[in-house]
Amino acid sequence: MRALMSIDSGPGFWLPRQSSTTAPVVDHVFHAVTNISIFFFLLITATLLYFIWKYRARPGHEAQPSPTHNTPLEITWTFIPVVIVLWIFWEGFTVFVDISTPPASAYEVQLTAQKWNWLFTYPTGYTDTDLHVPPGEPIRVVGTAVDVIHSFFVPEFRVKRDMVPGRYEEAWFRADTPGSYQIFCAEYCGKDHSAMKAMVVVHPSKDDYEKWLADASDFIAKLPPERLAEGGEKLYKQRGCKQCHSIDGSAGTGPSFKGLWGHDQPLEGGGVAHVDENYVRQSIVDPHSQIVAGFQPVMPSFQGRLKDREITALIEYIKTLQ
Amino acid sequence: MATAEGTVAGRKVAERDNYLTHTRGFLSWAFTLDHKRIGIMYLVSILFAFLLGGLAALAVRTELIAPGPTIMSADAYNKMFTLHGAAMVFLFIIPGIPAALGNFVLPLMLGAKDVAFPRLNLASYWLWVIGASCAIGAVVAGGVDTGWTFYTPYSTTTNTNVIATTMGAFILGFSSIFTGLNFIVTIHKLRPTGMTWFKMPLFLWALYGTALIQVLATPVLGITLLLLIAERALGVGIFDPALGGDPVLYQHFFWFYSHPAVYIMILPAMGVISEVISVHSRKHIFGYRFIALSSIAIAAFGFLVWGHHMFTSGQSGMANAIFSALTFSVAIPSAIKVWNWLATLYKGNIQLNTAMLYGLMFLVTFTIGGLTGLHLGALAIDVHVHDTYFVVAHFHYVMFGGAVVAFLAGLHHWWPKMTGRMFDERLGRVGAALVFVGFNVTFFTQFVMGSHGMPRRYYDYTPQFTIYHQISTIGSYVMAAGFFLTAYYLLHSLFRGKPAPMNPWGGNSLEWHTPSPPPHDNFAETPSAEDPYDFTRLKRDPATGGYVSSSYEGAR
Amino acid sequence: MSDPAHASSPHLQHHFETPQQQFDAGKLGIWLFLATEILLFGGLFCAYAIYRANHPEIFVYAHQFLNKYWGGTNTVILLCSSLTMAWAVRAAQLGQRKLLVVLLSLTLLGAVGFLGIKYVEYKEKWEHGLLWGARYAPHVEGHGAEEPPVPKAAAPPAAPPAAAPPGSFVVERSAIRPAPPGPEGTVIAAEEQEEHLEEAGIHRRPANVQIFFSIYFLMTGLHGIHVLVGMGAIAWILVRSIRGDFGPQYFTPVDFVGLYWHLVDLIWIFLFPLLYLIH
Repeated sequence: MRALMSIDSGPGFWLPRQSSTTAPVVDHVFHAVTNISIFFFLLITATLLYFIWKYRARPGHEAQPSPTHNTPLEITWTFIPVVIVLWIFWEGFTVFVDISTPPASAYEVQLTAQKWNWLFTYPTGYTDTDLHVPPGEPIRVVGTAVDVIHSFFVPEFRVKRDMVPGRYEEAWFRADTPGSYQIFCAEYCGKDHSAMKAMVVVHPSKDDYEKWLADASDFIAKLPPERLAEGGEKLYKQRGCKQCHSIDGSAGTGPSFKGLWGHDQPLEGGGVAHVDENYVRQSIVDPHSQIVAGFQPVMPSFQGRLKDREITALIEYIKTLQ
Repeated sequence: MATAEGTVAGRKVAERDNYLTHTRGFLSWAFTLDHKRIGIMYLVSILFAFLLGGLAALAVRTELIAPGPTIMSADAYNKMFTLHGAAMVFLFIIPGIPAALGNFVLPLMLGAKDVAFPRLNLASYWLWVIGASCAIGAVVAGGVDTGWTFYTPYSTTTNTNVIATTMGAFILGFSSIFTGLNFIVTIHKLRPTGMTWFKMPLFLWALYGTALIQVLATPVLGITLLLLIAERALGVGIFDPALGGDPVLYQHFFWFYSHPAVYIMILPAMGVISEVISVHSRKHIFGYRFIALSSIAIAAFGFLVWGHHMFTSGQSGMANAIFSALTFSVAIPSAIKVWNWLATLYKGNIQLNTAMLYGLMFLVTFTIGGLTGLHLGALAIDVHVHDTYFVVAHFHYVMFGGAVVAFLAGLHHWWPKMTGRMFDERLGRVGAALVFVGFNVTFFTQFVMGSHGMPRRYYDYTPQFTIYHQISTIGSYVMAAGFFLTAYYLLHSLFRGKPAPMNPWGGNSLEWHTPSPPPHDNFAETPSAEDPYDFTRLKRDPATGGYVSSSYEGAR
Repeated sequence: MSDPAHASSPHLQHHFETPQQQFDAGKLGIWLFLATEILLFGGLFCAYAIYRANHPEIFVYAHQFLNKYWGGTNTVILLCSSLTMAWAVRAAQLGQRKLLVVLLSLTLLGAVGFLGIKYVEYKEKWEHGLLWGARYAPHVEGHGAEEPPVPKAAAPPAAPPAAAPPGSFVVERSAIRPAPPGPEGTVIAAEEQEEHLEEAGIHRRPANVQIFFSIYFLMTGLHGIHVLVGMGAIAWILVRSIRGDFGPQYFTPVDFVGLYWHLVDLIWIFLFPLLYLIH
């Protein structure tokens, strides 16, 4: 999807485009606090510079006596900041409650975060590495992580929530303007933390979104056998294989797939494995049973995460990489 | 080290015995019980750690000057920012002012001969050395890539040297506890007659508040790190969801120490500022009582706000609200101190020495850091800027613009006392200017980058952030230049600096009533305590270049 | 430095004015140190409280495998050793050297007894696989229900991974295995456990029992380390007592080691009911 320019408020000095209904309310609080801060900063700096100039040491100039405390003054300059911070707390809290409570009618997409990509599972069961949503509807993202803590962050929506293994967390937003919006991972998760990106794709209409979902969901199931390798390539890119296994021969966290098929792989601890259908299948569902020599045992198991037909599609794809 | 030599006012000065010359040889330093020597050893050691952490920072910033790989791989980058954080926090800034300046000055300010437990003090230093060696050893042996916060489950599953590093931090924790324990007992038991609590210099109040935190918070870090080690080495599973544990529990444990830890960093800094601003403007500190009590209040409240590091972690809305409200409560005493320091300048006679320049710089940079804490404490804003460069900028403004700038102020303020030498003030001012400009260019840019959504701990970034990173990196080089210049003229002063008078700046706390550098036993006779902020009887003596008290009969 | 106070008291250090000041400072110091110990253990007590509040069934179930008679005996032993320690401080104050030596020896003996019983308990746990976290693999006979090994959704802990290739640095490996597949991993583990137990006709056991044993070993282990350190300290002052170092003028080390020992005892007084006496 090409990014479409939003007709919402464009980026300012401090903040990016406002691309969700959450953004303006958050920005309002941000600007209020920033303006208060600028006011006090100028007040303090101006006073400081004035005093430095007026009371600078010079020949004939001496310090003059003055009171060393002044209770009414001290009470005033305590009381005013207290009132101000109470106000800031209240604004921050009330807006926070709104932006973290999804409406009951929200459309739900499930999220699984892993090193180093995002997997969005739609109500049809289809899984994609980007988040496609219809416009103008509240979307609730319910997610978890499979390995370490990640954090789902969409700056233009002003949305962020940690994805924690072993529990489910939620975030919600409503985006009215079609376009593509950046998703970042905002909790350090290792080598490719900064590469763990995706897009929120807001479709032009609900119908357009439904059509996309229908097409995408049936993709692998509908593929004729001779085109199964295409499906495999899509899975390779979307399901996390690409992060560690290259297709150009360069070694990554895992062995490259180029020229892999049909060859013999030396294994850690001695022994050799012939790369055939069984080897690839076993490497996917039980990767620690046979580690290639020179590599670390870090691959997660995909048992239960890839259907049989998907594994077959991957095998077909690997066969094409000579 | 060089001794005080040369001429003073045309007369040749005989070599006077002082704590530096009292005994000689490596062993006399390694096994010293003299708080002043321990302070100097700490100073040298933490400055070495600052250099290490600073070089790591320069490497990080250099990598980030362009998107994509620049000078290192992603793995190396992750280890580099971890090294920067761990070295700066655990090796430099936590021991920081208390160990390097406090150890030297505290007993002198009390008119005492030493701290309450000199052997414990020495143990504290050697524990620093052992802990630092562990941590640096971990780096040499391949590094650790978890970030200085060691969040689980990443830290319990990554194949880097986590145990060695956390063991080092554990040992360093004991070093910190021992220092805090020593200072509390010293302040309680070794005050001279006449020096009631409210007659102490404010630096001592600050060190006292800090020491309370060191003693009460650091053990929690200890148990946190032990649990992390047990998890890795034994598979205890307390933070592992597959074994029934909770990874967010680690965050609660960790921040329960690490938030109070930031007050360990800033309270002594505030104490230094109280001293420097009043002495160099020749004015009694304004609002003494408030500043003294606020040091304790900040220490106490600092224990209640740790959850503000975890607003997006999934803790309940109620917990978020309570932590947010309490966070603002800590802001108040700090803000009021700023008013008090400004009011101190009123009708003063402001000497723009290097120490004072850093002191005034503090007021600007600490204010920015503190004000942006308001953004972070506000829940709705924090959701957007948490884990972005906005946070990085905030904590650098308070930790660097606050604690390090104050450390530099204190270093310059007490340099003549510690070394018996004056440094070149002109170069001092140039260094301060470079540090100020470089620092603001580096870190103000990061506020804007962060609020635009640039996440932290990122090896690579999307193109719209490039210009910010370039500006920030250039600022870091300017800042580095300021530091190298500072190191140069300070080192130079050790060999060629003018001999320092007893009281170059006209302070009235007791450390200024003994020669520079002090004798081994600190004072020939235990001095009597006066109001440390009463400068009215101190007059400049052109003969020595220092101040003499019209009522005090001490020589030179 | 030839003032009378320093001349008459060989133990008075140069930076203190009077022996009383020195003693008071030391007292404050040891109390502060004890405060740090309370905070150290406090973290573990917090972990206990949180896990017990969230999963009371684990604690109710698992504590049955602890023997409250051994635990109770240990409690009595430590209480008695605190008595002999306090008495020893008194003996030092009164200059009763022989009594002091006997009492310190008895305290030490109590500590040995305590650790001996802990050894027996730990050995029994080890034999029955009732260990922490990833090493929990129970096979208990005659303790009520038969307990089959716990099936886990994760790959079973294999032998440690192969050594790093020659010429590279030795890299530290975590003992944690990779997480079970998918977000449902822990749910699958619990479900599989239930099915397995039902099939074998075994009455219900909650999921994640290993958490209890993790906490048990962490708390009693850390406490045991403190007992060991205490033994070292007591042995040291025992040697000094035999040498005749202590008397009414100077008994500070005995006093302070005593305070430390009382804290070690106190921590056990809390540990015992929390771990052994759950209803």
